[in-house]
Amino acid sequence: MSEVGHLRRFTSARVGLGRAGHAVPTAAQLDFAEAHARARDAVWSALDAEALAAACDLPATRVRSQARDRREFLLRPDLGRRLAEPHALVPRPGCIALILADGLCAEGVQRHAPALVARLAAALSDPVLVIAEQARVALGDAIGEALDAAAVIVLIGERPGLSATDSIGAYITWAPRIGRTDAERNCISNIRPGGLGADDAAGKILWLLGAARALGATGVALKDEQPASPLLTP
Amino acid sequence: MAWAHGIGGTRYVFGDLATLMARATPARSGDALAGVAAGSAAERVAAQRALADLPLRVFLNEALVPYEADDVTRLILDSHDASAFAQVSHLTVGGFRDWLLGEGADSATLTKLAPGLTPEMVAAVSKIMRIADMVAVAQKCRVVTRFRNTIGLPGTLSIRLQPNHPTDDPRGIAASLLDGLLLGAGDAVIGVNPATDNVEGVMRVLEMLDMVRERFAIPTQSCVLSHVTTTLRAMERGAPVDLVFQSIGGTEGTNRGFGVTLALLREARDAALSLNRGTVGHDVMYFETGQGSALSAEAHHGVDQQTLEARAYGVARAYAPLLVNSVVGFIGPEYLFDGKQIIRAGIEDHFCGKLLGLPMGVDICYTNHAEADQDDMDALLTLLGVAGVTYIMGVPGADDVMLAYQSTSFHDGLQARALLGKAPAPEFAAWMARMGIGAGDAIPAGMSPALIGLA
Repeated sequence: MSEVGHLRRFTSARVGLGRAGHAVPTAAQLDFAEAHARARDAVWSALDAEALAAACDLPATRVRSQARDRREFLLRPDLGRRLAEPHALVPRPGCIALILADGLCAEGVQRHAPALVARLAAALSDPVLVIAEQARVALGDAIGEALDAAAVIVLIGERPGLSATDSIGAYITWAPRIGRTDAERNCISNIRPGGLGADDAAGKILWLLGAARALGATGVALKDEQPASPLLTP
Repeated sequence: MAWAHGIGGTRYVFGDLATLMARATPARSGDALAGVAAGSAAERVAAQRALADLPLRVFLNEALVPYEADDVTRLILDSHDASAFAQVSHLTVGGFRDWLLGEGADSATLTKLAPGLTPEMVAAVSKIMRIADMVAVAQKCRVVTRFRNTIGLPGTLSIRLQPNHPTDDPRGIAASLLDGLLLGAGDAVIGVNPATDNVEGVMRVLEMLDMVRERFAIPTQSCVLSHVTTTLRAMERGAPVDLVFQSIGGTEGTNRGFGVTLALLREARDAALSLNRGTVGHDVMYFETGQGSALSAEAHHGVDQQTLEARAYGVARAYAPLLVNSVVGFIGPEYLFDGKQIIRAGIEDHFCGKLLGLPMGVDICYTNHAEADQDDMDALLTLLGVAGVTYIMGVPGADDVMLAYQSTSFHDGLQARALLGKAPAPEFAAWMARMGIGAGDAIPAGMSPALIGLA
């Protein structure tokens, strides 16, 4: 390995690639092409909602957005924020709702959301679990409004990158109502085995939820000032 | 007031200025999503012809977003420099295009004109210009800014070193940072997008970046691209903040969606200036923008996304920024569908920003759900390089492992500089020579990984 190649020990980023003239060598070029091809295919992967429900210990309600298929979902984010059947949800005033959403790539939610749900459910009293398909983040506002929830935690598939196609983003919205802006949420990104692990992610989500309860708000008003050592790490 | 134009026996009527601008805009998915795009190619060209006949001064009398309802409109119109505008005040939009392309519009003239132009005027003229027109005019614009080095001089192409890491791990960031420095990146800024907006975490990254900068004595600036309120808190706690970053948009509602106001930006700029950390200058703001953000925030007022993007530059220029870049393909295919739309938008954004007097860079990028690939980025990079783009991004292998999108790589930056005969900012180029960077494959002794904790 070249001297710069040793930098790869410290990061998953594409460092120490070497050079062919000013460009990257052939192998690095084709590694990139392969990763891009896999990410492109992952965008079009579908959520297996039944299997996901079965993998969670809580009973789940399934909902869909108004986007009818993947292509419409990609081109019409407005439809991905609206519930197809808002009346299918039974109100549970003051509840905390955990929403598992496919977002831009279902792979991460499919694989890693059950572990997160288990950790969150252990710390919350009687949360409501919802599985949402063709869903954008703000669909959580519509779900939260229909449930009359105190807060929603949306665990959603992040857009796939070249190095990871299984990342989850967690969006916490206090008093979710249709029309909330993104500045009224708190977000934790890159939740996956190679990024932020399930224990640390659950710890951060619960810390933010506790702070949101105390403040009565999420978003830019609520600063993530959790101490650096994660609370839940054994 | 309404405008109209006939094409092939059909008379197209445009009820207001916003509609005329939107219908004249080259096709893009975000305007279709907003319901403001032309319904046919003929309607689009009818709008372009009507727009070409529009006197520029109309934009001073008819606001696309109401003055009473929007502080960005008020900022644009209240700060307009009528005397700078005088030299083009007699022109139509079409006449302005011809004037811009002519020899009379040289670098000095364009610099003097900038405060006399509104974002709507430059957006309008871009809609009737081809890519080559915009490249040619942007190349004549000169915008120079300074903090610890001098950015934007003729013959230079600067690079933001973007050493992001999925969990903000300091050694992971440092490894990408060193890799980039060894490939000539980092003269625009060493800028990290944090994985979470945690004040303590942001401060830790700021301190690490400052340590690396001081250890290697690099004449550049660092930045953690956290929300402006987080950066303000970090400054209160004594963190080494060179630049204040913020994403901004072209309407008051878009900025509200970003959690900022014009007053908050002013407060943050004052705080950064009070730290007095610049050496060759005191341009302390760094802004990012991107077509589609206003629609995304549901604050577009029926105005097309490219005009709103230009209005974001109207916000930026009120704060004398060191750096401004459009993150052109970042938001996704619902706003810019494919490589063709991303390329055109990148050229438009650079052109509009430069004409308004901004140190305009572009994050030449795309996401994996857009119909685009690295070939499209090569095309846009080459075009922007010819247009004299102030800076581009340098991401390890073009793959941002934190933000999950593809930009330009350190290698792309090297290649572009070599192809176009461009150099880094002069202070940075001298530092590279001093450190022996670029002389061979081995890491120079003065740049040893061990010096920054990578043993």
